[in-house]
Amino acid sequence: MSPNEAVAKPKKNSKFRLFFRLKRRYLAIPYAIFLLLFVVLPMLMIFWYAFTDKAGNPSGEAAVAFFTTPSKWSVLLVSLFLGVQTTLICLLLGYPAAYILANKKLNRNGVLVVLFVMPMWINFVIRTGATRDLLDWIGLSGGKYPWAATLIGMVYNYLPFTILPLYTTMLKLDRSQMEAASDLGANPVQVFFKNVLPQTLPGIVSASEMVFMPVMSSYVISDTLSEGKITLFGNSIYLNFTNSQWNSGSFMAVVMLVIIAITMLITRKFDRGDATARRGGGLW
Amino acid sequence: MDDSGIIISLQHVSKVFDKTFVAVDDVSLDIKRGEFVTLLGPSGCGKTTTLRMIAGFDLPTSGKIFLNGRDITNLPPYERPVNTVFQHYALFPNLDVYDNIAFGLKLKHVPVPQLDKDGNPEKGIDKAAVKRIKKLIRETRNDSHLSEEDREHQLSSLNEELQKALTTEVPLYKMRKLSAKEIDEKVAHALEIVDLEEMEDRDIQNLSGGQQQRVAIARAIVNEPAVLLLDEPLSALDHKMRVDMQLELKNMHKKLGITFIYVTHDQEEALSMSDKVVVMKDGAIQQVGTPENIYNEPTSAYVADFIGESNIFGGTMIGPKQVRFLGANWACVDDFPLNQKVDVVVRPEDVILGEKGKGVVDGRIISSIFKGEDYSYELEVGKNEITCRDHTARLVGSEVSLSVAPENLQIMEKELTSNVYTDAYIDKNGAVVIDGAAFACDIKTLLKGSTIDENGYLVDPKSGKKYDLNDADVIASFDLDAPELSDDLEAGEITGTIVGSVWIGDHYQYIVRTEDEEDFVCNTPYQWNIGDHVSVHVPPEKIALRLKKGLDSYVAE
Repeated sequence: MSPNEAVAKPKKNSKFRLFFRLKRRYLAIPYAIFLLLFVVLPMLMIFWYAFTDKAGNPSGEAAVAFFTTPSKWSVLLVSLFLGVQTTLICLLLGYPAAYILANKKLNRNGVLVVLFVMPMWINFVIRTGATRDLLDWIGLSGGKYPWAATLIGMVYNYLPFTILPLYTTMLKLDRSQMEAASDLGANPVQVFFKNVLPQTLPGIVSASEMVFMPVMSSYVISDTLSEGKITLFGNSIYLNFTNSQWNSGSFMAVVMLVIIAITMLITRKFDRGDATARRGGGLW
Repeated sequence: MDDSGIIISLQHVSKVFDKTFVAVDDVSLDIKRGEFVTLLGPSGCGKTTTLRMIAGFDLPTSGKIFLNGRDITNLPPYERPVNTVFQHYALFPNLDVYDNIAFGLKLKHVPVPQLDKDGNPEKGIDKAAVKRIKKLIRETRNDSHLSEEDREHQLSSLNEELQKALTTEVPLYKMRKLSAKEIDEKVAHALEIVDLEEMEDRDIQNLSGGQQQRVAIARAIVNEPAVLLLDEPLSALDHKMRVDMQLELKNMHKKLGITFIYVTHDQEEALSMSDKVVVMKDGAIQQVGTPENIYNEPTSAYVADFIGESNIFGGTMIGPKQVRFLGANWACVDDFPLNQKVDVVVRPEDVILGEKGKGVVDGRIISSIFKGEDYSYELEVGKNEITCRDHTARLVGSEVSLSVAPENLQIMEKELTSNVYTDAYIDKNGAVVIDGAAFACDIKTLLKGSTIDENGYLVDPKSGKKYDLNDADVIASFDLDAPELSDDLEAGEITGTIVGSVWIGDHYQYIVRTEDEEDFVCNTPYQWNIGDHVSVHVPPEKIALRLKKGLDSYVAE
């Protein structure tokens, strides 16, 4: 193609191009409407209800009630504790599992990955019901051991979400870095802590995010498995709404939002710079 | 420690991957203290695997590696006093320049004299030595390869050593980590050596390729290793930077006095930097020597072709120190038996061009390239082509004479004169099967005057005996000129990939490797490229057969 032709072509099509460019922008409209209706508007409503009273006047009533009622914020503490515990157990179980899955020698055709992810394909209400029956059967019924049963259920449900991000970062593990560490005098334990762990940190961060936040807000699992004996923050919010206490429910939802925002800020700190984007480990 | 000056010794080292792929095949090599040794060869020749076995990343399948006389064959990398500069640097991106370089130092423990209350050095028995000798005694006792006599002898000398170690007092040492100040000093010194002063706090990601390269070198040399291993460290740099770094590495080697083992596929790099070059091919060492030695006295056509520009011709010995090639008789300094087929290597710069008729043979210039300090000419001599270097400007098309000083003719025994397949067999159609592919052949050649009957049996006309040669094991062979290559994969009996190519005067010699690692060597005037997928056809009349067992074992019922 001669240079002249190359210049001439866009000119000829400029009208078409303009039309097309505009049109491409129009494609975003359906989603924008969806976003407005189902994300922005409900958020505004939550904030509105959180800081008004029943009559609709601006008020800090819900906030005061939340912080002065120990039974309300103790639910929050319990949820935080369960969230941290579940995340740690998931990481401890998922890290070695992901390492094995990412090892080409041990997992030649990726069948193992499917096995680990398969539980996610079953509807989780049904899955949780089955977990309850199974726990009953082995004598760990929610009636007797509500905390253990809930913890097991949570770990079982969220383990795949831990393994996947860890697996993707471990697929990209730079073996030559591990060899370099070993070459410089690090024994296998030191290689792990000084090189493998930093290399997989983005995966750990996104795995933690993917477990901690949903655990905080979930209520079906704890409800089913502890036979109603453990109330999590999610349950609490749900109960408030079903009892028509929209203002306090909304305020608790805002608290939840703030906690999630704080978690995100903390985890971002851990993975400096563009590490997440570069390694493709972040699913968020 | 021994005083032979040998720091690294490989003894019959082999490495087989996945039980089938032989990466390194029985390599033995001694490397002297302070030497700059280069392992040179094309990719896949086993040079990097050899280096990785010295570093400890790969363990040899068989053979032993010694460092300062101590067997380190099975020692893990972190216990070996060697450090590596990796091909793609393998720096730690989560650490800055300082922490990358200090990585090894922070893990290091150094011995310090143990002092008593008054500040005098404490003395005691050398517990580490006792432990080591006891372990040796245990090993000797359980070593089933030793004869009873040897074992007794070794045990008694070890026991003597043990007694000595238990009774003599030596100054005691304890291990401590390096102090922050010591690390600071060492890192600063290493940065100075690689010319990266004031860069301690930089992030690795913000460094250029050349700077990362320097950090990688600093990270390795800061540990003061006994041997520095370099795995194609310059391959990721651009040409100019590479040349600069070659010089710097050479200087660094002089300054540090450490043994360097350098791996590269770049022959120029190898020749310009090393004290000793080890040319490798297919996992085996082809030649070891100084750069001059490798260049001037290659021991095989492969080495000659790989190192520098060269003309290679097939020739024949026609008398004492007389060789015939290019249609003329040449005087040489190497002696081989009469009529021995040889390869003759002539370096372009060794060809002396002169007035027509005044040299050994005449040729015609068919192309000329100005190279700055001289000209590179392509000459036609009969049907052969030869490359020469000359300072005089000459016209394309002009006739000149060629001569070469006898000592500049490198003559070596021809490596291959025919393709031989020892595990071939005859199939039910009377074709010979080589590497799973059936080649049509004439099985009548197995018995003079024989015919083949309607059942495919070989019939001896004299005795009337019939032979059923189905499944008979044979040795099949054919000349290097016999195979015909084609890019029509259906045109031949078998397909393969070209893995080797050498220009020998008037033709190319290719090695076609099949999927099952069988090689077909063929001479052809046509040009192919390494990596080309081709089919190989061998005309039936060119295949020679020889039965492994006597014909009588195949008599048909």
